[in-house]
Amino acid sequence: MNDVLVKAEGVTKFFGGEGRLFSKEKTPQVRAVDGVSFEMFAGETLAVVGESGCGKSTLGRLLLRLLEPTGGRIEIDGTDLTQISKEALRNSRRKMQMVFQDPYGSLSPRRTIAEIIAEPLEVFEPSMSSRARRERVADLLEQVGLSPDIMDRRPRQFSGGQRQRIGIARAIALNPALIVADEPVSALDVSVQAQIVNLLQDLQQDKGFSYFFVAHDLAVVRHIADRVMVMYLGRVVEIGPKSKIYAAPQHPYTQALLSAAPEPDPEGNTKRIILQGDVPSPTKVPSGCSFRTRCPLAQPICSSERPELRQVAEGQLAACHFAETNPIRQ
Amino acid sequence: MSRALLKVENLSVDFGPVSNPIRVLNDVSFSVGRGQAVGLVGESGSGKSITSLSILRLVPEPPGHIAAGRVEFDGCDLLKLPRNKMPEIRGRDIAMIFQEPMSSLNPVMAIGDQIGEAIKLHRALDSSRRRERVIELLKLVGMPDPVSRLGSYPHQFSGGMRQRVMIAMALACDPKLLIADEPTTALDVTIQAQVLELMKKIRSEVNSSILLISHDLGVIADICDRVVVMYAGRVVEDGDVKSIFRTPKHPYTQGLLQAVPRLADDRERLYQIAGSVPAAGSIKQGCPFFARCSLRQNRCQEQMPPMFQFGSEHSAACWVTAEEEVS
Ligand SMILES: Nc1ncnc2c1ncn2[C@@H]1O[C@H](COP(=O)(O)OP(=O)(O)OP(=O)(O)O)[C@@H](O)[C@H]1O
Ligand SMILES: Nc1ncnc2c1ncn2[C@@H]1O[C@H](COP(=O)(O)OP(=O)(O)OP(=O)(O)O)[C@@H](O)[C@H]1O
Ligand SMILES: [Mg+2]
Ligand SMILES: [Mg+2]
Repeated sequence: MNDVLVKAEGVTKFFGGEGRLFSKEKTPQVRAVDGVSFEMFAGETLAVVGESGCGKSTLGRLLLRLLEPTGGRIEIDGTDLTQISKEALRNSRRKMQMVFQDPYGSLSPRRTIAEIIAEPLEVFEPSMSSRARRERVADLLEQVGLSPDIMDRRPRQFSGGQRQRIGIARAIALNPALIVADEPVSALDVSVQAQIVNLLQDLQQDKGFSYFFVAHDLAVVRHIADRVMVMYLGRVVEIGPKSKIYAAPQHPYTQALLSAAPEPDPEGNTKRIILQGDVPSPTKVPSGCSFRTRCPLAQPICSSERPELRQVAEGQLAACHFAETNPIRQ
Repeated sequence: MSRALLKVENLSVDFGPVSNPIRVLNDVSFSVGRGQAVGLVGESGSGKSITSLSILRLVPEPPGHIAAGRVEFDGCDLLKLPRNKMPEIRGRDIAMIFQEPMSSLNPVMAIGDQIGEAIKLHRALDSSRRRERVIELLKLVGMPDPVSRLGSYPHQFSGGMRQRVMIAMALACDPKLLIADEPTTALDVTIQAQVLELMKKIRSEVNSSILLISHDLGVIADICDRVVVMYAGRVVEDGDVKSIFRTPKHPYTQGLLQAVPRLADDRERLYQIAGSVPAAGSIKQGCPFFARCSLRQNRCQEQMPPMFQFGSEHSAACWVTAEEEVS
C-alpha cells in the first residue's frame, strides 16, 4: 500500500483580503490553509483533526478541486490538478468523491433517492441505459445496507443515519480512488455512528478506497485511521501513524487535544490539560508558532521563529521547537 | 441532599391533532437535586429536547400539547403557573442553552448588547462594569478577540461561536438551574473542555443545578452525578453516574455504552445495536426496545416493564435484568 495517491506541496488558500466596493478598507484576510504539504497512500485512511476553523474542510475541498488554491501543488495519482485542462480535470473528478457532514442539508429534497445516487453516473457514464442505471442504484443501496425498495422515495422520509448511507452510496457510485469524508459521523448519535463507521470500514476493505477523513472525535479517529494529521490555524502541526500519535504525541497541541477528549468513564477524566490563553483570530495569526498564545511550553523563540515540520520519530513529523525535550503526556 | 430543585412527574406530551395524537413523551419522571448535574441521554428523537422545552413551557402549542404531569421547580408547579410569569423564571432562575443557537439569539441585536441585557435581568451594574462583565464572559467561553466582537451580530459568527455566545448569556445570570441541550456539539474538544470546566465552576461557585442533554457519553461522564436514559419517549434507566457506566441494567443503555468508540480501545469493529429507533408513537404496547433487544422474552412485547430498583440510586425498566437480579 505504498503507492502515493495524493501529494500536496505547499498548498495555500486565502479568503478575503479584497478591497470592498465604496471603501478603502480591505476585508480581513483569512489564511484558511497556509502552506500544507503531505502525502496520502492508496488504500489508507488519513484522518484530519484540529479545532473548528483550522482549515480541515477547506483542505478537503482543495483536494477535490472544488476550490481554487491560492498557491501550491496538488497531485492525484501523478497528475497535477492545478495545471491540467478543464477536460482532464473533469476526468480526474470521477476518481474523487465527497461525503458531507450534514445528512440533512446535503441531499436535494426534491429529487428521489435513485436520482440522487445516479447523479454521478449520469455525468460520467451518460451512455448507460436508464434500466442499467436503476440496477446499479439498487446494487449500491444494498452495499450500504439499505433496501432497493426505497429508491423512489425522497430524502425527507429518512433518518440522519439513513441519509448518510444514501450520501455514501452516491459517493461510491463510480468506484472512486479517493473519498473526502468531511465529518461524516459528527451529526449522528452514538449507535448510528457505530453503524456508519463500520460501513465505511467494510467498503474500504472491499474496494480499497482511500479516505481523507475529517473528524473532531478523537476516539472515532483512533478507530478508523491509519495515519493522523493534526492542524492548527491552517497549518499542519503534527502528522504520523495512528499508533505513534496516540501513544507518543509530540506537539503540545496534539497532547492537549488528546487529553481534552472526554472519556465515557466517570473516573477517566482526571489528567486533562486545559489550555489557557486567548484563542487567536484566524485573521490575526500570531508570529512564529501560531499555537504559542495557548501553549504551556512557549518560550521567546516561539514568537520569533516559526517551527518547521520535522521528523521526530519514524514516520512522525511535528512542528515544535521543543518536540523532543517535551515530556510526553497524553 | 435536601429536597430536589426540579421534579418532573409523569410528564406526557402529545403532538398532532387532539383526535389522533402522537405521544412523544410518555410518563416521564426524574428529578434534579440542588447543585446536582443530571445528564439526559438517548437516541435522536427519543424526546430529550421536548422534555427540556416542557420544563420551560416552550413546547410549541399547537401542534404540541402537554397531556399530563407536573413540573415542580423550587416547590411550585410550573405547568400551573400563569403563562405571563414564565419569562421571569426563564430569565432569572432557569437558563437554557438551546440545541440550535441561531433560533434563540436575536438576529438584529449586537451580541454585546444581548449578553448585557441578560446581565441586567439579574444584577444592577453600571454600564461600564456591565461591559467588563460581558467581555469577561466572552473570554470565559473562549471567544477570540472579544472586545472587537461586541458589536457583531449573530449571522457574523460561525456555528461554534454562536454556541459560545449562548453559553455566555446563560451563565450571565448565575441561574439556579441551567438546562443545556447539546451545548458543546458544535465545539472542538479543547474549547469543549474549557466550557465543561466553566460549567463545573458555576456549579461549585453558585451551586447551580445542571440538566445536560448530550449524546456524547464522554461529556456526560465528565460532569454529571446522575444519568437519565430515554428511549422512544420514555425513561428506561435512571441512576448515579457510576452505576450507569459500570453496571448498566437496561439492554439499550448497555448497547449504547458498547457502541461508543474509546481512546484506548483496539476493537476491529464497533458494536452496533441492531435495527433502528421506532417512529414516535408507533409503539402502543410493551417495551419500546423490544424489536432490537437481545434479551427479549414474550412478556416484554405485551407489557411495558415498570422501573425496577437495582440499588438505592439506580432503577431501570427491564423485566429480564430485574428477574436476573432477584435470582
Ligand atoms: N468561503 C469562505 N469565505 C471566507 N472565509 C472562509 C470561507 N470558507 C472558510 N473560510 C474561513 O476559513 C477558515 C477555515 O475554515 P474551514 O471551514 O476549512 O474550517 P474547519 O477546520 O473545517 O472547521 P470546522 O471544524 O468548524 O468545520 C475559517 O476561519 C473560515 O471562517
Ligand atoms: N413540532 C413537532 N411536531 C411533531 N413532532 C415533533 C415536533 N417536535 C418534535 N417532534 C417529535 O418528538 C419526538 C422527540 O423529539 P425531540 O426533539 O425531543 O428528540 P431529541 O431526543 O431531542 O432528539 P435529538 O437527539 O435528535 O435532538 C421526535 O420523534 C420528534 O419527531
Ligand atoms: Mg469543516
Ligand atoms: Mg434534541
